[in-house]
Amino acid sequence: MVVYNCLSEEGMALSREEVEHIARLARVGMTEEDLKVFGGQLSHILEQFNVLNEVDTEDVPPTSHTVDLSSVFRDDEERASLAQEDVLVNAPRRDDDYFRVKPVLG
Amino acid sequence: MSGSRPLHELTLHDVADLLARREISSVELTKAVLARIEDVDERVNAFVTVTGDRAMEEARGSDERRASGRLGPLDGVPMMLKDNLCTRGIPTTCSSKMLENFVPPYDAHVTERLRESGAVMVGKGNLDEFAMGSSTENSAYFTTRNPWDLGRVPGGSSGGATAAVSAGEAMYSLGSDTGGSIRQPASFCGVVGLKPTYGAVSRYGLVAFGSSLDQIGPVTKDVTDSALVMNAIAGHDARDSTSVPFEPPDYTESLVPDIKGMKIGVPKEYFVEGMGQDVIDVMERTIVKLEELGAEVDRDVSLPYTKYALAVYYIIAPSEASANLARYDGVKYGYSAQEAGSMWEAMEKTRQYGFGPEVKRRIMLGTYALSSGYYDAYYLKAQKVRTLIRREFEEAFERYDALVAPTCPTPAFELGVKTDDPVQMYLSDICTIPANIAGIPAISVPAGFSFGLPVGMQIMAKAFGEPTVFRLAYAYEQSMGWRHLRAPV
Repeated sequence: MVVYNCLSEEGMALSREEVEHIARLARVGMTEEDLKVFGGQLSHILEQFNVLNEVDTEDVPPTSHTVDLSSVFRDDEERASLAQEDVLVNAPRRDDDYFRVKPVLG
Repeated sequence: MSGSRPLHELTLHDVADLLARREISSVELTKAVLARIEDVDERVNAFVTVTGDRAMEEARGSDERRASGRLGPLDGVPMMLKDNLCTRGIPTTCSSKMLENFVPPYDAHVTERLRESGAVMVGKGNLDEFAMGSSTENSAYFTTRNPWDLGRVPGGSSGGATAAVSAGEAMYSLGSDTGGSIRQPASFCGVVGLKPTYGAVSRYGLVAFGSSLDQIGPVTKDVTDSALVMNAIAGHDARDSTSVPFEPPDYTESLVPDIKGMKIGVPKEYFVEGMGQDVIDVMERTIVKLEELGAEVDRDVSLPYTKYALAVYYIIAPSEASANLARYDGVKYGYSAQEAGSMWEAMEKTRQYGFGPEVKRRIMLGTYALSSGYYDAYYLKAQKVRTLIRREFEEAFERYDALVAPTCPTPAFELGVKTDDPVQMYLSDICTIPANIAGIPAISVPAGFSFGLPVGMQIMAKAFGEPTVFRLAYAYEQSMGWRHLRAPV
């Protein structure tokens, strides 16, 4: 049977600043070593995406999901929610009935 | 045949018959399965959590119910859930440090359905962290081993769920499949794995990865068992806004060993570069068998957009993952870095130490694909190509009842050989990804062996075509002897 190549070979490299920017957007802390390793790996993965440039998608609508449903609303009826204690029980830090967070400012 | 084998080697429908005839009790069966876990899981490492006490309690409950009436086929039968399916009061870790201590306050829809069916849960299955991976090597805890060869991976991400069924540590299990995470490990472990149509099984309580791709499905020893489990879990649930309102058929009615005249296509694009000759040979023999059974097989089908599926998937799935995993901020639940000073710093440290490398890689990839200036080039482009892939399938299913293809380019690979190269690992899912992109049902059934390792065949049909999938899978399975074989562990 015929064998197909599904990978492209074109180059595409992310700069250290770009990787740092993405990490900041994603709120993931990174060491210098992380930035280097992820930068190389992400660049290699992004290269594989160039293959999509071959495809003519003029006038093709996007598919966000595959079921023919849109704007699904439930009836506006009262119903029980989780008990407050159930919601708070997994909180890493709590203060009575509140989630406790680190200072947002300063 | 059931008389001579130990209980843990039997199928779900075998033990359901024995239970119905009162030849065994659920307590006996559950004890046998827990003993099997005790015996082999040290080597297989399928379980993140074993829930022995609770299982025995559920087994006693089932036996009491049975004393006063007839029960359904799942009642009293031990099963396992992949550890990304929420279980009230029992840890649900996603094999991540992030959720190591997370105890869900509610059950997933499928957990509820199985409880209502009288299922006995023996534990939770290991996975690649947050279901991202193809070998369970991305689990933050340990790697599950393949019961056919302990030096090899079970596949992933549902590797714990498939290894457990393969090794007789559960009569069946539920996994989740975003790009092949049920089918690829089912192929590697020599069991049956079904990814249902998107929307056929509620995702409520499945820890979200790629929301437009994720589906929950059964992992079983044979096709009959798969249909029985689908009967319990399929159907509409208002708590999942993508759950389709439909009346599921009785899937066991599709278990008819007759495929005369069925039109089957073999898309050539699934025979990718790097595919093992052993897998190609298995597919050749399988196709000949389907012809002998009376199917009309077209070996020259072409679905040219298939070659773009991998790229589309690795844009869409990480994009959705980056949004879904934004919830892990160390505030409401899960791991939380406490040494940091400010809220933002705490969040960055929480995610730095709470997530493993593959999860971070995908969050980064998705964040990049969705970021300003790249959205159109990556995410929107991928969604448009997704439309073309869907249309191509729809056209194919006007001509064919089903498509068959290899489940995976190779049998189970050795531990460690792909961990350094993410792209090589991603290629392991190349034959399974298209079905997720198109939202169609696909099953992997054992189709032969290569040097003692199982090789799976994949069957795909149009959306809600599970009856066709089951009929073809069943007819093929009944014509072969694989379903009687068990892993040597």
